[in-house]
This record gives sequence, C-alpha cells and structure tokens, in this order.
Amino acid sequence: MYKVTVIVRRRPSILDPQGKAAEQGAKHLGFMNVSGTRIGKYIEFNVDTKNHEEAEKEIKLYCEKLLTNPIMEDYSYTISQVI
Amino acid sequence: MKSPKFGIVVYPGSNCDHDAYYAVKKQLGFDADFLWHKEKDLKNSDVIILPGGFSYGDYLRTGAVARFSPIMDKVFNFAETGGIVIGICNGFQILLESNLLPGCMIQNETLKFICRDVYLKVETKSSIFSSDIKKDILRIPVAHGEGNYYADENTLSELNANSQILFRYSSETGDTGKLFNPNGSLENIAGILNKRGNILGMMPHPERACDNSLRNTDGESIFYSVVKSLIIKRELNVR
Repeated sequence: MYKVTVIVRRRPSILDPQGKAAEQGAKHLGFMNVSGTRIGKYIEFNVDTKNHEEAEKEIKLYCEKLLTNPIMEDYSYTISQVI
Repeated sequence: MKSPKFGIVVYPGSNCDHDAYYAVKKQLGFDADFLWHKEKDLKNSDVIILPGGFSYGDYLRTGAVARFSPIMDKVFNFAETGGIVIGICNGFQILLESNLLPGCMIQNETLKFICRDVYLKVETKSSIFSSDIKKDILRIPVAHGEGNYYADENTLSELNANSQILFRYSSETGDTGKLFNPNGSLENIAGILNKRGNILGMMPHPERACDNSLRNTDGESIFYSVVKSLIIKRELNVR
C-alpha cells in the first residue's frame, strides 16, 4: 500500500481572493514583511495497488479527474510505501 | 398540444429545486418533474434544469462532486444530442465542472456571499434562451459566494466571437462597467452558452423572478423563450 499526499495550488494567473483576505489580516496583525499569500489544499489518501507504477497512474487520474480542476489548479504529490 | 416538460435534477444539497418547480409548473403552467440524481432516467423531459444550491456541500470545489452523479451520463447524452440544459447558480458551476461550458468559477472578489437583485444586459436575442425576451435589461436576483467567472484569454475571445455571452452584469441602463460587477467576473459575465447554443449557465436566479406577488417577473421570459423554441422545433418535425 502507498500513502499519498497531494498539494493543490491555484495557478499563478488566477486570482486568489482567500489569500488576499488572509494577507489583509496579516497586515492588520502587523506582519509587514509578509506578501504573496496564496491558499491551496492539502489532501492525503492511500492507494492499494500491486506496484509503484500502477499507484502513480491511479493518483494522477484521481488528481486530474476529481481532486483538481486543471483550468485553475496545478498539483504535486509525494508517494511512500507503507506496510 | 402537449406541454413541454422540464426535468429538474435534485442533488443532495440542492435548495432551489422547488423554486424552479414552482416557477415552471405553478407560475408558468408547464409540465415539470423532479429527477433524483441517483436515477438514470430523464423521464422524457424536454428541458433539463440543474438548480441552485450547495450540491455535496460545495466540498472540494463547487459542482465538482455533483458532476459525477449517476444521472449526469444521461444529461451529457441529452446535451450532446441538442437537448436544452439550463444550469442556474450551482447548476452553472456543475456545467463548468462537467466541461459542458468553458471556464471555471472562483470565490467572489469580496469573499462575501451576495444575495440581492442585479441588472443583466441581454447581449443577444438570437439564442433559444432569449428569443422571447422583450426587455434589453433584466432585473434578476443573485445569491452566491462563488460566482466569479474566469476563463483564459483564448476562451474569452472565443465566447465573444461566437456570441456565447448571453448576460452581463450591468446598471439599470445597461452600463457594463466594473462598478456594476458584483463578484469580479471577467467582463461582467453572468451567463454563457455553449458553442452549439443548447446549454445555458447563469449565476442569477430567473426562477426567483417569475411570480407577480414578488413584484418581479423578469425571469419568465427566459423560460418562455425556451418553450417557444421547443414548439417551433416540434412544428418543424411534424411537417
């Protein structure tokens, strides 16, 4: 079995109103050195396949078909075997 | 002649399904039926409405999970063969996630949930959704937190070139300036069509503007336009 973590990021060209709002909060708190706040998603799941190659195939499909919207988001993942 | 039938898809979390049913059946007098999302039968509907609400709690992304509901394969087939589909609010978001319409939806620029009447400039009256609209500007309520339409430059110029932008947010007199954009949508886009012109997605709620006792019936003309086009199609088929 493999343990997978996925990070979903909004594409740089796409506005991130949440990130913008969080950064406004940061300024109010006095974090004057903070800039470029962008909010994404962290997702984890397990994949039970025969081998690493099959796992990667399934992860990519899951990410591209459901977990992200390729029009506005990019993703990256890490995969590690668990016993 | 048999009344055209509207099929209204009900997802877990839909909350404008009854509004749509009430508007189409009780106010306008057409046949209507609910279609539970787990069914695989469109019950001979002539028009499919994907209603507003918060399907699957808006989890992951708005419309992202509803797009995989069992009934959607039938809706895709229906749309592919020229069937008329209207997605309102969350329904619009589902159409975008399904790739039946181009682009995507992000949070309102202000991050506020907006619930109020807006004015819409009707950009074309040659679509099946607008052929019977008499006014140039409609007043229709919006109620959404994620109605900020985005598409890349190519998609946007294609939408413009093919007259696929049906409604833009505007002033009462049709000014489509930034000032009258409630949510940050590109080019004040409030409603778009697919290239073929048989699918409409719009954030404002025409079904909430079909009852005289609410002092606003601007939404009616969209449904009447659809019915008119269906009747014309039927007459052509009979001949």
